[in-house]
Amino acid sequence: MSVLLPLIGEHLLIVLIATAVAVILGLVLGVTAYWLRPAASIIIWFAEALQTIPSLALLALLMIIFGLGNTTIIVGLVLYALLPIVRNTHTGLSTVSPAIRDAARGMGMSRLQRLLKVELPLAFPLVFSGIKISVVNSLSIAVMGVLIGAGGLGYPIYRGIQTQNFAGIMRGAIPVMLMAILFDIVMSNIEKRLVKRAK
Amino acid sequence: MITFKNVSKSYGSKKILKDLTFSIRAGEFVVLIGPSGCGKTTTLKTINRLIEPNSGEISIDGMNIRSRNPVELRRSIGYVIQQIGLFPNMTVEQNIAVVPKLLKTSKEQRKQIVQEMLELVGMPYEENAHKYPSELSGGQQQRIGVLRALAASPPIVLMDEPFGALDPITRDSLQDEVKKLQKRLKKTIVFVTHDMEEALRLADTIVFMNEGEIVQMASPEEMLRNPASDLIRDFMGRHTNPHSEQPELFAEDLMRTRVLKVPYTLHTLECVDRMNRREVNSVIVVNEDDTFMGTVMLDTVRERGKAGREIGELVGNDVPAIDRRMPAQEAFDLLLSSTANYLVVLNTDQTVAGIVTKTSMAKAMGEALWGAVLS
Repeated sequence: MSVLLPLIGEHLLIVLIATAVAVILGLVLGVTAYWLRPAASIIIWFAEALQTIPSLALLALLMIIFGLGNTTIIVGLVLYALLPIVRNTHTGLSTVSPAIRDAARGMGMSRLQRLLKVELPLAFPLVFSGIKISVVNSLSIAVMGVLIGAGGLGYPIYRGIQTQNFAGIMRGAIPVMLMAILFDIVMSNIEKRLVKRAK
Repeated sequence: MITFKNVSKSYGSKKILKDLTFSIRAGEFVVLIGPSGCGKTTTLKTINRLIEPNSGEISIDGMNIRSRNPVELRRSIGYVIQQIGLFPNMTVEQNIAVVPKLLKTSKEQRKQIVQEMLELVGMPYEENAHKYPSELSGGQQQRIGVLRALAASPPIVLMDEPFGALDPITRDSLQDEVKKLQKRLKKTIVFVTHDMEEALRLADTIVFMNEGEIVQMASPEEMLRNPASDLIRDFMGRHTNPHSEQPELFAEDLMRTRVLKVPYTLHTLECVDRMNRREVNSVIVVNEDDTFMGTVMLDTVRERGKAGREIGELVGNDVPAIDRRMPAQEAFDLLLSSTANYLVVLNTDQTVAGIVTKTSMAKAMGEALWGAVLS
């Protein structure tokens, strides 16, 4: 366990950094897609395309640019995490009722004020659900990091495979699964509360 | 003063507004009316630049609105829409204070504004300010919608079918409130509706539009007397027809629908309070399923009422209840011979439809004789 703890910590840190970056980038892209309607399909297509690249191939490509280490896996996770956040942000913003948008415009809110005071708060439950999907996905994809020299729980799993040690694989896999389940439960709860409040 | 000069708007080849020229005086209540697609809402939205005309000029107090920043222009013009459009993520207080906040009014001042505003419509601050819109009834929501438009004291308020989605009774009382507020606060109101009764009731001037043009612009009285076209006459419907044969009238045509109705479980003190507020001396009591139970006079409550008891205990049946399809003449006779000074009109399912008072009866008969009577 004492060996595992720092690995769990590192794994979490990688995922959290990647998520934080993905949230910022995803919001920016989602809002851009919402504001510039012609750009919407391009942005979403781009995020979807990223997700279809096999993780092994994507990491190999990124490694050429970023070299070995945690940076590469973080960049990779960010790219995978983008789609749910971008798509949900765009959908959430687009589904704000036209009446509310009309009222906000008629009250004399600028475009940015409408976004920050009305549209984003109303879209937030959906955005949050996108973030949840990203976090849960990232937790398992981060395991691949071991192949490009990053830390985290990929290491014990990889070692387990190399030495054909089933227990070793489990020592890495179980914490990943537990974390994924834990995040899913906690964030789903928050999400439910957000949706309820928005009604 | 708002002036339209040769204003036109088209989408593609479809002309929505055709060369509109008219003006609205400061402090005037102007109602734009016409069949759907006539351009009334478009006209309204050109005033706060939610829609930009293709040609022509709109000016407010002599200043072309094109020369003003649209966002700032809108902050100086109140805006109420049919779907209410309160921000569901904000409390009542935050909703009302939206424009003052955009105008950087201080926090203390904003609170004061909200308190004053809520007072205007009789919604206590402590009870309502921190609620979310979803916790209010439709009528209360639109009251807040109106207050939000008034909060920054704009001289002009635009209202786009604000009461279209409300039930008739709520609509009635909101119309009254808005008319009173307009007179008291001396606002210029531009109001869109497709309901002629609403227009006749509220307007100083009615602008009747069809296919992007103004067909007639006149005071309600003038429009009733001399409708400029058959279309307008159709729209007025039952409000004009002075020369047609005597219409058959029923109790329902004589009644007014704004009545004070309370459940029998309501406490006596609360009833007295409501009677005082509405300035009436009697209240209609209904059963749980909304059916008619009886009436209670204010004096009865004063004599026999005890604090904390339910109003149901005092119900009497000295006010006659009649069916809404009772012929008007019978209702007339009954009212004159009864000791009560009104009759309760019931729907077929025994719920309360309204009451017939001597005033409501006289008004209905006047309408039948001479066309609409303006109150």
